[in-house]
Amino acid sequence: MKDRAAELLLEVSDVQLVLGGRTILEQIQLQVRRGEILTLVGPNGAGKTTLLRVMLGLLPATSGRVYRRPKLRVGYMPQRLHLDPVFPLTVQRFLAMAGTTKKDKLLACLQEVGAAQVFEAAIQTLSGGELQRVLLARALLRQPDLLILDEPVQGVDVHGQVELYRLIAEIRQRYGCAVLMVSHDLHLVMAATDRVLCLNRHICCSGTPGTVTSDPAFIRLFGPLAAESLAIYSHDRDHRHDDCAAHCREVR
Amino acid sequence: MDDFLLRALLGGFGVALVAGPFGSFVVWRRLAYFGDTLAHSALLGVVLGFLLQVNPTLGIFLVCQLLAVLLFVGQRRRQLAGDTLLGILSHGALSLGLVLLAFMDEVRVDLLGYLFGDILAISPSDLAWIYGGGGLVLVGLIVYWKPLLAITVDEDLARVEGVPVDRVNYAFLGLMALTVALMMKVVGMLLLTSLLIIPAATARRFAPNPEVMALLASLIGVLAVSGGLFGSYQWDTPAGPTIVLAACLLFLLTFFLPGRHQRRRN
Repeated sequence: MKDRAAELLLEVSDVQLVLGGRTILEQIQLQVRRGEILTLVGPNGAGKTTLLRVMLGLLPATSGRVYRRPKLRVGYMPQRLHLDPVFPLTVQRFLAMAGTTKKDKLLACLQEVGAAQVFEAAIQTLSGGELQRVLLARALLRQPDLLILDEPVQGVDVHGQVELYRLIAEIRQRYGCAVLMVSHDLHLVMAATDRVLCLNRHICCSGTPGTVTSDPAFIRLFGPLAAESLAIYSHDRDHRHDDCAAHCREVR
Repeated sequence: MDDFLLRALLGGFGVALVAGPFGSFVVWRRLAYFGDTLAHSALLGVVLGFLLQVNPTLGIFLVCQLLAVLLFVGQRRRQLAGDTLLGILSHGALSLGLVLLAFMDEVRVDLLGYLFGDILAISPSDLAWIYGGGGLVLVGLIVYWKPLLAITVDEDLARVEGVPVDRVNYAFLGLMALTVALMMKVVGMLLLTSLLIIPAATARRFAPNPEVMALLASLIGVLAVSGGLFGSYQWDTPAGPTIVLAACLLFLLTFFLPGRHQRRRN
């Protein structure tokens, strides 16, 4: 998995994005290789979702290059759906939109993510955790080489979060795909990832969870408290979260 | 049955059949105000029709199409087409239409007919427009049905999965402009969106999936047109508003019928 020669799926080279005169992203370099789980972390407004959108081809970069391997199949899981209750849509139908309409195949995929019980439910009636699983199933139905997840555990309780991250790790094994996800929760995601990219307009630091959490840039961004509670750093117990926010502003 | 009543009935049915599936998309995609804005620009289309010496329906279609594309482009660049911009354009277009009409001394226009529809004055050539154009709209909707549903669920997801989102959206706008132009004669610009929205909203309670909702909405529209025309004939009331009232009545009635209960899980 950490094999450097593993197949290159996607590469972002020197990407800059300016929207309305504001620089949202700059000097972004990153590579995604088959089989790895990559997590983007960063404070609110760091440009995490924007970077995902650039990588997905939904947003053109102002300068720089995004390389996608030819015929790369991407499974994308959006943060949430904005569906009006007036739209009659069952989970089954929603899944069928990925391409296949074979009932047993759809059900099997939903079983795989542990949400088979909502197969016939209206999609607007799902709980946060159920919806995340259904969205994940839809992405998997594409047989993806690369799975791109925007805050996959949003709105899910801690227990459910642990389960979802475990599920994502399993999926990586089973499908042999790469996973790129965005998260702003630091604690749980660290255990579930191979490589962390710490983003705040540019990539401040990157590496394994262990090296990143002791990187000075990471500590500046999230504050010593966060780093400390990740059990890597251990000093300066007086630091409060207000200071972390100040740090983030400084970095920006 | 008198000829004019038969033509009214046929024209109303044609419009209701198109309004069902199209109105479903309007409510799913929350485009009610957008539809209103297009409808309000119709008077400008009538003026254009007089200036170019073409059929007013064609003029309305052209103006609606232009406005739809402008709004769509505005929306894509930086959220310009919020409710506020729609409101400005909607009433601006309506007022401009009224003022321009006032300048055209030699032209006599039945203003009330354009505002509230004039279904009893539907001519054979209007019928040809309704069925020809309506058929085109339905064929277009069928062709783009799957990608349109995908976009309705989530535009980004659709794009990632390879749906040509921009092309489908432009096609949808073209069809919407045509639909508005066809519906003008029946309910007029002020009541036009009601015939899109109310049958679709009525159908929702009984619809297990999008297709059934679209078909039911057509059926409910046909019922509303029949009931409205009957009421108008019986009590000598204006036809367009009576049709809309009939639709409202059907909507209210459905609350006394058992709907499909929303299944939480199976």
